[in-house]
Amino acid sequence: MRVALFATCLVDTMVPQVARATATLLERLGHEVVVPPGQACCGQMHVNTGYRREAVPIVANHVRAFAGAEAIVAPSGSCVASIHHQQADVLRRAGEHAMAAEAAALAERTYELSQFLVDVLGVTDVGAYYPHRVTYHPTCHSLRMLHVGDRPLRLLREVRGLELVELPAADQCCGFGGTFAVKNADTSTAMLADKMTNVLSTHAEVCTAGDASCLMHIGGGLSRLRSGTRTVHLAEILAATEEVAV
Amino acid sequence: MSTAFLGLPHAPRGVGHLRGDESFPDAARKALRDGQLRANLGHATATIRAKRAAVVGEVPDWEQLRQAGKAIKTATMARLDEHLQELERQVTARGGTVHWARDANEANAIVTRLVQATGADEVVKVKSMATQEIGLNEALEAAGITPHETDLAELIVQLGHDSPSHILVPAIHKNRAEIREIFLREMPSVDPGLTDDPRQLAMAARAHLRERFLRARVAISGANFAVAETGTLAVVESEGNGRMCLTLPQTLITVMGIEKLVPTWRDLEVFLQLLPRSSTGERMNPYTSLWTGVTPGDGPQEFHLVLLDNGRTAVLADEFGRAALHCIRCSACLNVCPVYERAGGHAYGSVYPGPIGAVLSPQLTGISNGEVENSSLPFASSLCGACFEACPVAIDIPSMLVHLRAEHVEAQQRANAEALAFRGLAKAMSNPRLWHLTQKAATLGRFLARGKPTLPAALPPPASKWTRSRDLPTPPKETFTQAWLREHGR
Repeated sequence: MRVALFATCLVDTMVPQVARATATLLERLGHEVVVPPGQACCGQMHVNTGYRREAVPIVANHVRAFAGAEAIVAPSGSCVASIHHQQADVLRRAGEHAMAAEAAALAERTYELSQFLVDVLGVTDVGAYYPHRVTYHPTCHSLRMLHVGDRPLRLLREVRGLELVELPAADQCCGFGGTFAVKNADTSTAMLADKMTNVLSTHAEVCTAGDASCLMHIGGGLSRLRSGTRTVHLAEILAATEEVAV
Repeated sequence: MSTAFLGLPHAPRGVGHLRGDESFPDAARKALRDGQLRANLGHATATIRAKRAAVVGEVPDWEQLRQAGKAIKTATMARLDEHLQELERQVTARGGTVHWARDANEANAIVTRLVQATGADEVVKVKSMATQEIGLNEALEAAGITPHETDLAELIVQLGHDSPSHILVPAIHKNRAEIREIFLREMPSVDPGLTDDPRQLAMAARAHLRERFLRARVAISGANFAVAETGTLAVVESEGNGRMCLTLPQTLITVMGIEKLVPTWRDLEVFLQLLPRSSTGERMNPYTSLWTGVTPGDGPQEFHLVLLDNGRTAVLADEFGRAALHCIRCSACLNVCPVYERAGGHAYGSVYPGPIGAVLSPQLTGISNGEVENSSLPFASSLCGACFEACPVAIDIPSMLVHLRAEHVEAQQRANAEALAFRGLAKAMSNPRLWHLTQKAATLGRFLARGKPTLPAALPPPASKWTRSRDLPTPPKETFTQAWLREHGR
């Protein structure tokens, strides 16, 4: 299958290795990966901060960039949730009805990585090797907007060498919430503190998730504590093999 | 904001409890420093969460019930005017008197006048959010009438000269030791040997209240529901204090928000299943009192129903915000909210805290007309979605929060630094060439790191808001798309 990769603005700019890992993984599974050069952002940060009107051209750019793509995959539950639940609505409210229909059709072909692997490609064993103790944080939008359920866990359980440990109070938000982390920094930090306590209680070397944004938050806290526990995106773990470590 | 354009009145300033005196982030910062508060809240919400999950999990058709609740509320709101008139006709036909209050001032004046007409100088009160919302106790006190709260938690709050911090459990922020201190200090005839044993505390409150129940000539209640087709009012409670107030005094005055009615008894059936499981985590609440007008020789012989707007019509006018009126005040959203759990109810500045408060309070007061306090409420959420999942009438609170954020941003007269930044970023993110230049500029940030994997903690604002407690990764030399294009060409 020819898969269009949506890197997402955050991954592309700040953690490019996550997009690289997604491409490597999909190619290893025998699929052709294309990276539409016009891509930028899904518009979520603008919409969720109240800049709904300003988000219109961003969403329009996204729809243009991926027009004609057969299947679109992004290593981010949050961005895919925005594509599914916000993009068409933003365009409709701005009176852009034709493009709203295009956005809705595009959303139908857009998948979060674990959903694409399990539901579309029908694989849970992707041939990965990752000899580490890992705990998984189900990010809020993956969990409650996309309903990815246990798909990421099913993928992780098939990774050779990986020891999966359950995260206590896993479904609790890490406190990121986009601009919430800055606008309500104190509450956000209090939420992060509890998340980190739970992560550290597992004695995992690595905390993983399907969203680079939440991982940047949890990882930023763990790094500040000099805790020794790292955050690694699900795509990076699944891309790792005995030949190519991460 | 469309509601302002239509000219519908919001809840007036200077009366009631819908606005705090500082923004949510500032109020939350203070609350977060209170370790005892965080412990009390963490413990209490975790307990209620587990109870609710257990009793909701045992209902096989919970999701269908939820959708039925949502459908009934949506249909009722679409013809609210007709249903309200039907309710008035039925209540009047059965011996009650209906009063219409445009706002908190009118409602307080009506109730005060009604109490004064009886000659009473004190009233017993059933726990009621509507009367808290309008500040009825303060209005009564100003008129020389003493209100006695009879719900245990409301009593604790009243005796402690405090304000409620939770819809269902108004004293959730207090623990047993703190309650014992309040009782010892404020209850005139309490046993000085009172311990913090829950039974002892309850018995002390019982003795204190019993005296007032037997003495009171006027009771004031709210209502959980009103059935329009028969003019029947419903109060759902746990302690029996409500039953006492609703049956013993000669005069009963009920203050009810106009959104609380259901058209028929069949509709009530759905909500009486949804409410107790969602709020107290019980299959059925201990006391459900239903009354219809006046029954000669039985119960209150005078019944007044005050129908309160106080901004509700303005909420109803907003297509994307009106579902906030579907709320049945169960507080399931508070108990699952990670923000509420940390910051506590007082940080919201309104009697409606938590996720539902963050969408309801700013709509009742309006957020466009220089309302600085409540305009911070829609931002007091990480949009984690736990509230939507728990809501028994499926109110999509996260989408509504996002909608209200936009209403706030669009109501700003002048562009601030944030707005300019977002506009600039929007320009870049909608033009690939400009976006690649912006990304290149961002990757230059790596020079600040001087070869370290994270940026320095001491960055200027607004980045400092992040880096005060969290590291930022050092940006890479090259973005993924740039590298990919270099390797693969167009």
